[in-house]
Amino acid sequence: MSLLQVDDLHVTVDGKLILKGLTLTIEAGEVHAIMGPNGSGKSTLANVLAGRPGFEITSGTVNFEGVDLTPLEPHQRAHAGMFLAFQYPIEIPGVSNMEFLKAANDSQRAAAGLEARSAVEFMKSVRTLAESLDLNPDFLKRGVNEGFSGGERKRNEILQMLMLEPKLAVLDETDSGLDIDALQTVANGINRYHNSGNAVLLITHYQRLLNYVVPDQVHVLADGRILESGDRRLAEKLEAEGYAWVTA
Amino acid sequence: MSDSPLDIVSQEYEAGFVTDIESETLPPGLDEGVVKFISAKNHEPSWLTEWRLDAYRKWRDMPAPVWAHVNFSPIDYETISYYSAPKSQTDGPQSLEDVDPELLRTYEKLGIPLHEQETLAGVVKQRPNVAVDVVFDSVSITTTFKDKLAEAGVVFCSISEAIKSHPELVKRYLGSVVPRQDNFYAALNSAVFSDGSFVYIPEGVRCPMELSTYFRINAQNTGQFERTLIIAEEGAYVSYLEGCTAPMRDEHQLHAAVVELVALKDAEIKYSTVQNWYPGDKDGKGGIFNFVTKRGACIGERSKISWTQVETGSAITWKYPSVVLRGAGSVGEFYSVALTNNYQQADTGTKMIHLGPNTKSTIISKGISAGHSQNSYRGLVRTSPAARGARNYTQCDSLLIGGKSGAHTFPYIENKSATAIIEHEATTSKVSEDQMFLCQQRGIDAEKAVSMIVNGFCKDVFRELPMEFAVEAGKLLEVSLEGAVG
Repeated sequence: MSLLQVDDLHVTVDGKLILKGLTLTIEAGEVHAIMGPNGSGKSTLANVLAGRPGFEITSGTVNFEGVDLTPLEPHQRAHAGMFLAFQYPIEIPGVSNMEFLKAANDSQRAAAGLEARSAVEFMKSVRTLAESLDLNPDFLKRGVNEGFSGGERKRNEILQMLMLEPKLAVLDETDSGLDIDALQTVANGINRYHNSGNAVLLITHYQRLLNYVVPDQVHVLADGRILESGDRRLAEKLEAEGYAWVTA
Repeated sequence: MSDSPLDIVSQEYEAGFVTDIESETLPPGLDEGVVKFISAKNHEPSWLTEWRLDAYRKWRDMPAPVWAHVNFSPIDYETISYYSAPKSQTDGPQSLEDVDPELLRTYEKLGIPLHEQETLAGVVKQRPNVAVDVVFDSVSITTTFKDKLAEAGVVFCSISEAIKSHPELVKRYLGSVVPRQDNFYAALNSAVFSDGSFVYIPEGVRCPMELSTYFRINAQNTGQFERTLIIAEEGAYVSYLEGCTAPMRDEHQLHAAVVELVALKDAEIKYSTVQNWYPGDKDGKGGIFNFVTKRGACIGERSKISWTQVETGSAITWKYPSVVLRGAGSVGEFYSVALTNNYQQADTGTKMIHLGPNTKSTIISKGISAGHSQNSYRGLVRTSPAARGARNYTQCDSLLIGGKSGAHTFPYIENKSATAIIEHEATTSKVSEDQMFLCQQRGIDAEKAVSMIVNGFCKDVFRELPMEFAVEAGKLLEVSLEGAVG
């Protein structure tokens, strides 16, 4: 049984067909990268997996560890182990980062029938993780993404991923807008998270992230379908030659 | 929080039970005889009876105010009973042993400890080290920790008791901040108030514990008209909290209280309210009309009065806790969270009246509107020519949940001081779908997500509440928001 099995997926947004028969299989232990021109449906795939309202599946199936994801609410998908690192992480003023992480962790544990972790132990482990991402401990007291720089927001997404330990992490352009040092920090975070029991789906425009996080498969998504798949050499070819040869 | 639909329904208004006790209740209607009856019940001196009668006569000739942004059918004051007291309480002062066990159970249900020993032993963990005065319908039932407070020279008792034990203080300060004819509801209260709390902190004393009054309306078709008077002498400090609940009933019930605070030189009074009167049902049936006059006078130099309120209850709230800043360098603060859901209406805010030089005021108001509710902030900042160097900062934020509620802001600024600095900031925002989705994607369900976002929005106010009550306030918001997301 695959971790994620997407078959012939068709999705509309505001009545417009964006995904037009997308098929993708991800096994536990793998790293996949999806690249593609703007408007090809990359973010739509990420959002539809997480169950964002407004993304309507018109046909096709999405199975997560053999379970049909489509009837599940977003929070139930999270409980099942689905994580989305947002392309544009939003602010929640007044809700501290630590409080937010604890609430997320508590609800996921409750869904699994586990007791909440003690506040002291939890805070300690979050601080350790924050340090590993070069995030100042003060930042945990600030409101979620409140006044954060672009780079801090992206690193905060990685912190949440490390804390919640999902089965599948979908990273929607997490590398965009990062300088070289921040990119390396984010990549280290991803590598730290990744093991044989989980999987990563990287959505990216640039192959530079793939220098640090080595994908098992690279896919080209264009016009709502995966047109080409290969190993990391495909990413290098795209970087050198663009998408024209794929879509032609 | 459980997701079971049954649990959610039962959580709607936890304090909505009715206590079955024998009470002595006046028949509905108001005339001079009723006023005299209440005064006689409390064995009041004749000056106070006259004071009440004067208030009654003034009230009779006053029109009810219509300027608030709220909508309700006129109240028929002849259908309300103006006095209701549990029967076992009608003869003289009692100790806790004499209290009707049914009443004690009522307070246990509400989580209010009336047994000092238990509180001291830490059995009741919710409110450690808080002295409580309890007002049930029209009368004060008991006040805890009286002895410990007396050691510090603090007087904390019911106002009916203070009228007997400290007549000179009551005579001097009653009506000194909110005059009898101040407004329609204050005049009504002055005529028929039956009980309430009295606090006196002597010179230089820092009150050793939080003081708290718990108000409970139980009887049907009764109004509740309590009167609170707090006096802080020079250099004194007190933190006071009031909580309110009422049973669920189909009829509206009137609550028209008056609170007066007096702060002398270098004194500080911190007054917090967690108001959870029954708000009515989902369709707007029933609920309390909460028409309250609260005002503090910073008489002395450098005195300070701070109002913090968390308003989640009542069908209609009409309330403007205010500060008159008379003493030079005195400080007034108003921190407010007002949440309305379903068909609730709130018109609330403050008045900061700067009379003395270098007086300062801060207003932080957070209004949250959900369901079909209407939530208005109404605030006045006034400076007199003598208020040289006066400063005010106002921040007024509204948060909308869903598409059918309304948020309104009515700021009034009347500045006669050439050197005053007055700042006003206002924002209106919505709980966004993106914020909700972020929470849900991390595993937090929609109800919890809304309550977390709203709590974050209110943080600036919650941090002003005494610690024990900040937690309670957060929980209250969560319960009050039930059903706010579709």
